[in-house]
Amino acid sequence: MSAELVRLATTGSVDDGKSTLIGRLLYDSKQIFQDQLEEVEDASKRLGTDYVDLALLTDGLRAEREQGITIDVAYRYFDTPRRKFILADTPGHIQYTRNMVTGSSTANIALILVDVRKGVLEQTKRHSFLASLLGVPHLVLCVNKMDLVDWSEERFDQVVQEFREFATRLDVHDLRFLPVSALLGDNVVHRSENMSWYHGPTVLELLEEIHVASDENMIDVRFPVQYVVRPHRLEYQDFRGYAGTVAGGLMRPGDEVMVLPSGFTTKIRSIETHDGPLEEASPPMSVIVTLEDDIDISRGDMICRPHNQPHASQDIDAMVCWMAEGSSLRPGTKYAVKHTTRWARAMVKSLRYRLDVNTLHRDESATSLALNEIGRISLRTTTPLLFDEYRRNRQTGSFILVDEATNATVGAGMITGVAT
Amino acid sequence: MPSYQLSHIHALEAESIHIIREAVAESERPVLLFSGGKDSALVLRLAVKAFWPARVPFPIMHVDTGHNFPEVIEFRDRTIAELEAHLIVASVEEAIEQGRVVEETGPRASRNRLQTESLLTAIDAHRFDVVFGGARRDEEKARAKERIFSFRDEFGQWDPKNQRPELWNIYNGRHRVGEHMRVFPISNWTEMDVWHYIEAEGIELPSVYFSHQRKVFERDGMLMAESPFLQPMIGEEVFEATIRFRTVGDMTSTGAFESGAATLREVIDEVSATRITERGASRADDKRSEAAMEDRKKEGYF
Ligand SMILES: Nc1nc2c(ncn2[C@@H]2O[C@H](COP(=O)(O)OP(=O)(O)O)[C@@H](O)[C@H]2O)c(=O)[nH]1
Repeated sequence: MSAELVRLATTGSVDDGKSTLIGRLLYDSKQIFQDQLEEVEDASKRLGTDYVDLALLTDGLRAEREQGITIDVAYRYFDTPRRKFILADTPGHIQYTRNMVTGSSTANIALILVDVRKGVLEQTKRHSFLASLLGVPHLVLCVNKMDLVDWSEERFDQVVQEFREFATRLDVHDLRFLPVSALLGDNVVHRSENMSWYHGPTVLELLEEIHVASDENMIDVRFPVQYVVRPHRLEYQDFRGYAGTVAGGLMRPGDEVMVLPSGFTTKIRSIETHDGPLEEASPPMSVIVTLEDDIDISRGDMICRPHNQPHASQDIDAMVCWMAEGSSLRPGTKYAVKHTTRWARAMVKSLRYRLDVNTLHRDESATSLALNEIGRISLRTTTPLLFDEYRRNRQTGSFILVDEATNATVGAGMITGVAT
Repeated sequence: MPSYQLSHIHALEAESIHIIREAVAESERPVLLFSGGKDSALVLRLAVKAFWPARVPFPIMHVDTGHNFPEVIEFRDRTIAELEAHLIVASVEEAIEQGRVVEETGPRASRNRLQTESLLTAIDAHRFDVVFGGARRDEEKARAKERIFSFRDEFGQWDPKNQRPELWNIYNGRHRVGEHMRVFPISNWTEMDVWHYIEAEGIELPSVYFSHQRKVFERDGMLMAESPFLQPMIGEEVFEATIRFRTVGDMTSTGAFESGAATLREVIDEVSATRITERGASRADDKRSEAAMEDRKKEGYF
């Protein structure tokens, strides 16, 4: 029972075979229950397909079934003895950048599908860019439908070459390629007998072996205080603990720490959990920290090391993805912003440029961001946020913008630094 | 593997605790729904862990259809007493007596759908703004895309097409007076995760989960317990069998199956070997229609 938790995001253009691939992955790794399979067999018969359509396994709500597409983010689960996977399934339509951004925000690995006959499309580029923008550490390009090109190594190499050229413009460190046939199952869970020229791992093997332990920031101690625990019980009368989720670094009892924004320094007395005290805490553990000195600390404060502090600033530069249907982001507008465990208000000072996610072209004449558009903005907040660059820490470098009138989450932000 | 790599079960636990703390920190009147089933027993345990050494800072609510297994009610009362927690019972029986809802009739009558009214009335009356539930995304398709912080309007309705995007571990629980959030801390746990955790933590469960003798009859391919609430129709023969339940719900709609699994270990072995999902195995209501769950959820069901 000590499998690792790995989060995946999948994307592909419509009809590249994403649903089939996921269905195949679940089916061949024996994650499908008897009644689910019967349901799919029934549905396949009703719809008149002449084979069991594994894509139906991942089909969601009725509305989608009517439209024949997936419309939002759905989560699926499968496991192997070594790993447990949470898969954020996001559709590939142009209008759904929002969903892909959502699914990628927590992912360790992005699985991107391309149809070998079509090669690298605009959508493929967009998805890869989004995965890299969201800081997904590992990118896997599945070149699908190899059966339709006679299992041609040459065609595969062409697609790989095409993608590599494009990927030099992205911030991606770990990039993998593999040829598959989702429909027939080649190189999904089982090795392909049709592509003897390919000696690499299957999709599942790859998912099992990619090293994800170092995806978290283990260097900069960051502990956003979530909740102050003060039990009103006789046996714990003097207990005062700060509950939270470690967002970076390793924390140990005895460590000298600083509490922001007050700037007081003290030492960690203990790291507590219901199961007993810990010698060490690291991301993403949920713990309670007690301190040597009685300092006034509340939710939204941050515990760090005196010589390794996050930025504290009211002026912030960030990349933002706009997620609202009924409104657009414009300079001068105010929003509520949630960053770690802190809420503040923020005003958009300027929109520096809007990014064309297909060409990566920067349009500096843009005056607003509409749904699914991405741009670079400067924000001014009512109180300083305690943050790191998103590239350095996904937890302390991210925020959401909330419309104060509707309470809807309208924007997702990735901090690039203190505004200059 | 370096020591700081959490096992998946601890990573899930940490995520759930984060969610529970976040919801409580940002709400005025949270409440936890407790059915007595394994998932709600798990959420309760995680809530205890999240606030230890303080007590769980919210009441526990049970929507009581009046058709519950007596064993489950006994388990509920004992658990609440041990935690010194505060129990609120939202009674469907009372709603029927007061004429707020009309009971279905006929041999297949179920109070399942009626629970929604009692739940929403209680949420209103107590002005709860965060309602913790034990739903998991692996249970079925309508759940797979529901958010962890799931917005409900002033009628308690869920709108699957208009959900707030949920990114990183940043949750938006903002709402107006009269609206509320359903919060699902174990969204990312699978049925097997739940069982393994229950075993590892020694969490107690109601006895109906384990093999026992009971008078049952067969209906729609499932074994139903004979009870004052559910009588066999003509042609449905009652017999005594060694059975257990895989979920805990109403006696009228929870199906049993033959099993000799009497200990937690045996139950886990059995569950891992079974190739039928929980819901397929035991919820008579969901069998009525493929989209039944989605419809109920939109109305405000758990
Ligand atoms: N020949 C072939 N067809 C495939 C393959 N994978 C998917 N398809 C077919 O391509 C179509 C689109 O697949 P689907 O999984 O629904 O695509 P999605 O829109 O990306 O989810 C379906 O008709 C599939 O049967 C493959 O590897 N080979």
